[in-house]
Amino acid sequence: MTADHPRPPPRRRFFALGRNELKGLFWQVLVVGIAVGVIAFLWSNTVTNLSARRITTGFAFLGREAGMPIADSLLAYNPRDTYLWAFVVGIANTLRVAVIGIVLATVLGTLIGVSRLSANWLLSRLAAVYVETLRDIPLLLQLLFWYVLMQALPAARAAWRPVEGVFLSNRGLILPAIPFGPPQLWVLGAAVLGLAVFYIIRRRLIAQQMRDGKPRPAWPFALGLIVALPAAVSLVLGVSWTIEWPQLRGFNFVGGLTLAPEYFALLIALVTYTSAFIAEIVRSGIQSVPRGQWDAANALGLRRSFMLRQIILPQALRVIVPPMTSQYLNLTKNSSLAVAIGYQDVVSVANTTLNQTGQAIEAIALIMAVFLTISLSISFFMNWYNARIALVER
Amino acid sequence: MTAITDMPDAPRAARRPQIGNPVLRWLRKNLFSSIPNGILTIVLLAILAKGIFSFLQWGIANAVWLTPANDSSACKAARGLGACWAIIPEKYRFILFGTYPFDEQWRPALAVLLFIALYYLSTRRALWRRELVYLWIGALALISVLMWGGVFGLSFVSQDRWGGLPVTLILATFGLAFGFPLGILVALGRRSKLPAIRSLSVLYVELIRGVPLVSLLFMASVMFPLFMPSGFNIDKLLRAQIAIILFAGAYLAEVIRGGLQAVPRGQYEAADALGLSYWRKHRLIVLPQAIRHVIPPLVNTFIAFFKDTSLVLIIGIFDLLTTAKTAIIDPAWQQFSVEVYIFVAAIYFVFCFAMSRYSRSLEASTASR
Repeated sequence: MTADHPRPPPRRRFFALGRNELKGLFWQVLVVGIAVGVIAFLWSNTVTNLSARRITTGFAFLGREAGMPIADSLLAYNPRDTYLWAFVVGIANTLRVAVIGIVLATVLGTLIGVSRLSANWLLSRLAAVYVETLRDIPLLLQLLFWYVLMQALPAARAAWRPVEGVFLSNRGLILPAIPFGPPQLWVLGAAVLGLAVFYIIRRRLIAQQMRDGKPRPAWPFALGLIVALPAAVSLVLGVSWTIEWPQLRGFNFVGGLTLAPEYFALLIALVTYTSAFIAEIVRSGIQSVPRGQWDAANALGLRRSFMLRQIILPQALRVIVPPMTSQYLNLTKNSSLAVAIGYQDVVSVANTTLNQTGQAIEAIALIMAVFLTISLSISFFMNWYNARIALVER
Repeated sequence: MTAITDMPDAPRAARRPQIGNPVLRWLRKNLFSSIPNGILTIVLLAILAKGIFSFLQWGIANAVWLTPANDSSACKAARGLGACWAIIPEKYRFILFGTYPFDEQWRPALAVLLFIALYYLSTRRALWRRELVYLWIGALALISVLMWGGVFGLSFVSQDRWGGLPVTLILATFGLAFGFPLGILVALGRRSKLPAIRSLSVLYVELIRGVPLVSLLFMASVMFPLFMPSGFNIDKLLRAQIAIILFAGAYLAEVIRGGLQAVPRGQYEAADALGLSYWRKHRLIVLPQAIRHVIPPLVNTFIAFFKDTSLVLIIGIFDLLTTAKTAIIDPAWQQFSVEVYIFVAAIYFVFCFAMSRYSRSLEASTASR
């Protein structure tokens, strides 16, 4: 923010500075002086304390062997690896829960928010109860609750099977999966490339339609680029897409994708909690669209799905996106509660490091650096998106 | 609850003639307005009925309500079939007051009641006067006397024996009582035209808001002792309290800044024309208007903050959630943690729900003016 308001130009006096400037200067020197003084005081204490406790500062410890176990991780890790690698694994775990959590919370929150506006009284009431209950109970309590429930699930041998191939037990959620390696990665790469090319072509088509008004269907391109291209790559390389079904062998499961209880509990807690807030944002966004827009769309006889997609949502998004950004940031920061149930995200790894090495300042600085980077990236992306969808005013 | 019926929602069917039983009419309009809607209603009713039925069966019909002291055999027999509410009468004093000396627990109980009375009085708009501040100061002093003791014949109880609900209320109340003025100062700093003050405020807000509260609490518990001169040791609870105040200050500052931005420029100009100083201008003219603008988001911040005090569990401070978690470590009762969590969730819910209701009513009354 810049200045409150313009002040009248100060009267020039004997000094070159007016009274207000002198006052301003005085206050700034005072506040900065206090801040510098406090920091210097804390700094000198810290240096004294560290030397008294024989703790060397610096990030050299990152190269040492970590020796901490990390049970559940995306990246390969064993306790002989360095602290640096342990941090990287922790960051990957944080991102794994945050990215998937954001996607699921957005979907669930939008569903609940739209349900709250439903003409069906029962549905809207149930959605309201969901929102009120989840919002008024601390997230950490919900997290512990889910974790206790996960542990109370039957043992692997008596696992629940809600659907064939899916097992829910105290070992977590086990899903059938496709083994993923370099060949599959090539196909995925082709799909991403196809999507990017399709996006460019679609923009061209829309621009052409804007010029002459003739609609040009985009679906043949979509079929070719997003479906046929990856399929062709898959055929040429002979990639196999067999699904690996998890099986119970002895006391544990073999194959498939395992979501550990800690991860699963954290994901459920973050998604349900954040979805309650997202639901309110979506509801207020949709309600902010003036009634006349609905009436006009109805008067034109548009289909409901078309009306929502082309008229209501683009206007609602302008209200929705900024608060949504803070919810995404909250979810990411809240994933640090993982430390309470022993899922090893970056905070948990840093905490263990801190206890093992005594490098408190470095460990906490690393946590802060990681979260500031994530926060800034999310805000940057959402601000870009917001600017794209914002109302262009005359 | 906001009126859901007058949402600008889907095309409502043309008005039907108002005939027939009003109940049937209501059902038809709200539950069976179309065939898909009717199907949805029936499916939802079936799920709801099943959910409520199994909850009643578990929570009431098959539940164990009372057992002889320290005997969980009846609960173990009912495990899987019914809830063990007997754990609540067994453990409630520990959950509510932690390890506070058993015979003295009327003191924290009285402190909790004082807090609640204080909150209640603060919601009465007729009482929003200067006297309320004195009342707050008096009540907080009385609460400190009750908790610590050591005077008036009350035995002294050191801070490390405090626990449970009073600790949660203390962390939240003091966090707000100090965080709020801090937030005002930072918000003013952020809008100041003095560059050094402005950048310090921006740095403070962005640094605190950019990192999780957990890391601030770690910092308070691990790094604070490093910051202090040797031999100077401050209490764990106080360290957490400082972290919470700093955290609250940053979040409240952003809300208040929003309010400051909403005060029309003419108000500043009028205050300047009157020749008011910076502080008098803000105290008498700008801040009262700014804060009135942001009362609903302020209350929402209070709610979020009240819930967030539970994070002190991570650094081992005995707030309500920590005492609940500790209560179920007892091997005899270990398996009945769900019941304890439900009990504690209900306590948090009552406080937060009351606040959110109050925020709604304030919103309604400020909107109508």
